Amino acid sequence: MPRPVHWSRRGRDAIRARLSGRGQQSEMLESLLAFGGLVLLRDSIEWEGRDFLKALIKQSALCGEQIHVLGCEISEEEFREGFDSNINSRVVYHDLFRDPLNWSKNEAFPRGPLEALRAMCRPTDLRPVTIALDSLSWLLLHFPCSTVCQTLHALCRQGDSSPVERVNVLGLLHEELHAAGPLGALSSLAQIEVTLDGTMGRTSAHILYRKPRHRPAHQVDPTAHLTFNLRLSKKERETRDSLTLPFQFSSEKQQALLCSEPSQASSHIFYEPDAYDDLDPEDPDDDLDI
Amino acid sequence: MADRSGYQQMTALGRSRLKGKLTLLCDAKTDGSFLVHHFLSFFLKAKCKVCFVALVQSFSHYNIVGQKLGVSLTTAWERGQLVFLEALKTSLDIFFQTPAGPHPLQFLREASARNLQPLYAFVQEALKPEDGGEATWRHPVLLVDDLSVLLSLGVRAVAVLDFIHYCRATVCTELKGNLVALVHDSGDAADEENDLLVSGLSHQSHLILRAEGLATGFCKDVHGQLKVLWRRPSQAAAQRDRSLTYQYKIQDKTVSFFAKGLSPAVL
Repeated sequence: MPRPVHWSRRGRDAIRARLSGRGQQSEMLESLLAFGGLVLLRDSIEWEGRDFLKALIKQSALCGEQIHVLGCEISEEEFREGFDSNINSRVVYHDLFRDPLNWSKNEAFPRGPLEALRAMCRPTDLRPVTIALDSLSWLLLHFPCSTVCQTLHALCRQGDSSPVERVNVLGLLHEELHAAGPLGALSSLAQIEVTLDGTMGRTSAHILYRKPRHRPAHQVDPTAHLTFNLRLSKKERETRDSLTLPFQFSSEKQQALLCSEPSQASSHIFYEPDAYDDLDPEDPDDDLDI
Repeated sequence: MADRSGYQQMTALGRSRLKGKLTLLCDAKTDGSFLVHHFLSFFLKAKCKVCFVALVQSFSHYNIVGQKLGVSLTTAWERGQLVFLEALKTSLDIFFQTPAGPHPLQFLREASARNLQPLYAFVQEALKPEDGGEATWRHPVLLVDDLSVLLSLGVRAVAVLDFIHYCRATVCTELKGNLVALVHDSGDAADEENDLLVSGLSHQSHLILRAEGLATGFCKDVHGQLKVLWRRPSQAAAQRDRSLTYQYKIQDKTVSFFAKGLSPAVL
């Protein structure tokens, strides 16, 4: 790390801890990579996140994983600065920097960057275990938020099918470029969210761990453990099912309406004209020729 | 702190690391164009090949100011050192007739789906290395004054960011040259496109020079303050200060810089 970073953790599953020293730093980085899923790195203009991203990549490489980098913002040469040959051999850089929109018509990514990203999802012999997105902001600016989120979700779910091979997706996000909506959507997708901040020239990283998803082993019975009875006996259930609702139009109602004859005089109007009424016995519609 | 010529001081700040970099000039509540004039004269004096995309002022305006700073734009243009896109004049070609081929300011005619690819092609052509033999000029420089006006002309902020991205890939990474662009920061929360543009450019930049008016208002002796922010530090530069603030006063032929609160007029 070029600059000393002090770590502080906050959040539901976190404790405040002040760490220093290389051993503790690599421990912290390892813990970020332990869960799999999306690790969201939020940085700002003043506190850049690329160094942190590269530190995580280094840690991944040291653990023997292969890393695929989707590089949209800086050149491969600049990205690989600071990596020794051992780490460089484990990093595959997909260069989206030179010609992301295919202006030179070289077709480096024939079906677009998102398709290249989805290709990393599909299992191959050398299955990628860490995917680094530099940056997620670039993808969000060029593709609809929903598409990006769906692609990310598909990427992260690769790890779910077999718990042994987890997939880490590291996404670098520039906070100032996006509205609250996309930021919130990505937050909810992320397993871990790291926000970079700093004071007095020292960068600090705030780490938020989300609780792992709970999948219930059995269906919870909502009617259990209540002070009132929500259960129905068999007879009560039958009575309830056979009940006809008053405003429901059933065949019986239809018959009742059709069978009633107007001459039966079920309704009759009694009208008492007063002095000002002008009752004309003639039918005003008589001259109509229909 | 001593009253060195401001330009000498600024070049001393940036000289060692100013190759292959994007420098963003930003102004907020003041006019930061003095920085554009400085960089133009600096690079011309340094015998660099300069491509200047001038979207807001005429050639003669920059020439007059350049002469005060000791460079002749006309001479530079005549000998091929300066490629000048005078948008105010060239846009007439676009407005009143259909151009025969692709034109750098083609986006002015297009109703929608504008990208700045023709403008990028112009820059690429202007700064491409000379074929064979020695290069007459040192590393190429692209200067843009200014990018906010593109938003006013209907270009989307993402399109401007893409244009700068491509220019950076060609000019900075491939040709190891420099890119200097001016953008106005309105500070207005309602102008989301401009905010996106300024933030996006800031993230792409290596050096941000931000000229601001003084918080206390207009002053005769101190015209504003300049914040310098270095980004994307390489390993070697990690130890230096990342951010500095100077106050400045623009004079007829130079700009003097001094530390905050230490203007000669005050001391």
